[in-house]
Amino acid sequence: MKNEIEIDWQKIDSIISKYDANHEALLMIMHDIGAIYNYVPRQVIPLLVERLGVKESLIYSVATFYKTISLTPRGKYIVSVCTGTACHVRGAEKIMGALEEKLNISEGQTTEDMLFTLDSVRCIGCCAAGPVVNVNKETHGGLDRSSVLEIINEYKRRAS
Amino acid sequence: MSRLENREALKKFRDAIKAGRQQSKKKLISLCAGSGCGAYGTAKVHQALTEELSRQNLQDQVEIKLSCCHGFCQKGPIMVIHPERIFYPQVKEAHVPELVEKTIKNGELADSLIFKEPGTKEKIVHEQDIPFYKLQQRVIFGNNSLIDPTNMEDYLAVGGYSALEKALFDMGSEQIIDQIKGSGLRGRGGGGFPTGIKWETCSRHEGRRYVICNADEGDPGAYMDRILLEGNPHCIIEGMIIGAIAIQSQEGYVYVRHEYPLAVTNLEIALKSAREKGLLGNNILGSGFDFDIQISRGGGAFVCGESTALMASLEGKPGRPRAKYVHTVAKGFRDGPSNLNNVETWANVPLIINKGADWYSQIGTKSSKGTKIFSLVGKVNNTGLVEVPMGTSLRKIIFDIGGGIPKNKKFKAVQTGGPSGGCIPEQFLDVGVDYDELLKLGSIMGSGGMIVMDQDTCMVDVARYFIEFLKEESCGQCNPCREGIKQMLEILTDICQGRGKEGDIELLEELGSMIQKFALCGLGTSAPNPVLTTILYFRDEYEAHIRDKKCPAGVCKTLFHYDIAEDLCTGCGLCKKKCPKEAITGEKKKPHKLSQDACIKCGICYEGCKFGAIVIK
Repeated sequence: MKNEIEIDWQKIDSIISKYDANHEALLMIMHDIGAIYNYVPRQVIPLLVERLGVKESLIYSVATFYKTISLTPRGKYIVSVCTGTACHVRGAEKIMGALEEKLNISEGQTTEDMLFTLDSVRCIGCCAAGPVVNVNKETHGGLDRSSVLEIINEYKRRAS
Repeated sequence: MSRLENREALKKFRDAIKAGRQQSKKKLISLCAGSGCGAYGTAKVHQALTEELSRQNLQDQVEIKLSCCHGFCQKGPIMVIHPERIFYPQVKEAHVPELVEKTIKNGELADSLIFKEPGTKEKIVHEQDIPFYKLQQRVIFGNNSLIDPTNMEDYLAVGGYSALEKALFDMGSEQIIDQIKGSGLRGRGGGGFPTGIKWETCSRHEGRRYVICNADEGDPGAYMDRILLEGNPHCIIEGMIIGAIAIQSQEGYVYVRHEYPLAVTNLEIALKSAREKGLLGNNILGSGFDFDIQISRGGGAFVCGESTALMASLEGKPGRPRAKYVHTVAKGFRDGPSNLNNVETWANVPLIINKGADWYSQIGTKSSKGTKIFSLVGKVNNTGLVEVPMGTSLRKIIFDIGGGIPKNKKFKAVQTGGPSGGCIPEQFLDVGVDYDELLKLGSIMGSGGMIVMDQDTCMVDVARYFIEFLKEESCGQCNPCREGIKQMLEILTDICQGRGKEGDIELLEELGSMIQKFALCGLGTSAPNPVLTTILYFRDEYEAHIRDKKCPAGVCKTLFHYDIAEDLCTGCGLCKKKCPKEAITGEKKKPHKLSQDACIKCGICYEGCKFGAIVIK
């Protein structure tokens, strides 16, 4: 298969063992794998089938049902615009528009240089600071069009 | 840390902590480390404060506490200096040297940094005198500024785990259930089902029973559960253990959103220290009772807040709900009797056990007891978390505590209950908020989100927003929800984009009532609420969109344009400078002009103009 990446099998194995290979922990195991690669590489699925004793169809079913799991590669920085109600009434749409224009991608897409993925999240519970954008684990609040673009520039500088 | 083997050991341990703190002569600086203040930069202030204290050699005389959310998130980062409770809002790194020099070293006030009440501009020094706090009744949130969620001793110092002691050694399962029933506590997740009755029913079903905490706070605009879990996790743990004693369960789960990493971390730390002290696990406090709690992280699916969907997700499956012919208290997680309550419900439990059902049931209204935490957000001056007795009027919450609407704009509606709730207009501002009153208005309590909307909010757009949300979140199992919501969204999008036609409103009403009757789960049956309430109270806005092709609030982009009112424009040039598309031209001190072709309707000029010269047409 094309686009296969190198997998650290030992790491994957230790994640599965951390949850005692419990099939009920499938979603959390995929979260932890996603935390390493920013997505869940399809190569790991056969191992999950074997270790957890679940059907492949269940894994796909879970992976596609939950928004926090991605089966396609995502950028180094995942920019999540909060589109919760509080952020919505304070102009989240304008923030999203500014980011789409700046990064030249639509919501859900990744820039060609694999640096940014633009995503939306339904409320991260920082409603008082809205509109809010999360970049990986960092939260930026009280934004407007110009300050959000400055944030993108900052991450670009960090990456270069 | 050594294990506490019995009740006496816990008491002794708690007394020793309390005594140590009473003797301590250290000043306490409580710095809010909640998510709201965090987003405004608590970490930087903390670092600056630590450095400044050691530079001045004061580190041994002062204790810094990174505490649970203080609630007044609008003013973050918040600092409160104890014992006087001197309140400093919006503290920046640059303020730190002055604060340390004046207030910590010399015992004076840093005058320029004192809180000013937005309306009256009056300076208020102490936390307890600020209207935002003074008008609340903070029985659950009261100790927040004294609690560092990562330090169990803080929870014990304010009397933590004393309710557990009482439940384990002085009360039986029946007595606990009687107290909860007598208190009148109803589920804080939205449905408002009487908690005590749920516990009683669950305890009567045979099988391995489960205790579950629903922390899948998917309701956008509500974050009280996040704050409770990340700020005071021990109180949730204590509530759950008491629930386990009541229904005789050995196994508990907290199902928490993946999007709340700090809540997960702080809960993990709290569970670990509770286990080490023997408050969780086998033979709790030597009583012979075994109970432990595990964390399960969700995957960003709103529907998983529904109990049957949540339990499917806990089992490692997609979170699809099922019809509730058999209730989860009989057959839920792993087909066992399962007692699921929301985070805030669990937080109320230790309070009721400690102070008694009679005390608790004095707070609130006839049918809704206790306090409720609301997340007061949107177009309101004092955004934050507000705890008030049930029955408090919307006006008191939004205008007295919340300080009214920013920039003197006009209040239009308040949305309660999230995507399952509705929009309540001005004429009902004096209604006291409880489960039944909100239901009468076509909305619901929900988990307590309260989103304030002003004249610049388009109610058709709000309805479209919620329906779009629900279309994304529909699990797709049942036709009314999957297809019905999709059709509603198409109609609403048409209306918002100028393609609305006569009969659309009636069609939305018909579709809405069909979905309410026939959808499988709570997500579907409540989905039409935001549309139906906005039609009920703001029909004229729908009609303006459909008949006049106008969006009066200036939100739906194809249905309005900005223009400059020549008589109001002073030619200050601010809009011209700020416009990202150079659409505004004009000479200084002369009325400017706006080119409609170049304008992208971003609204920067409208927001920025101090003279109201940018108008919506």
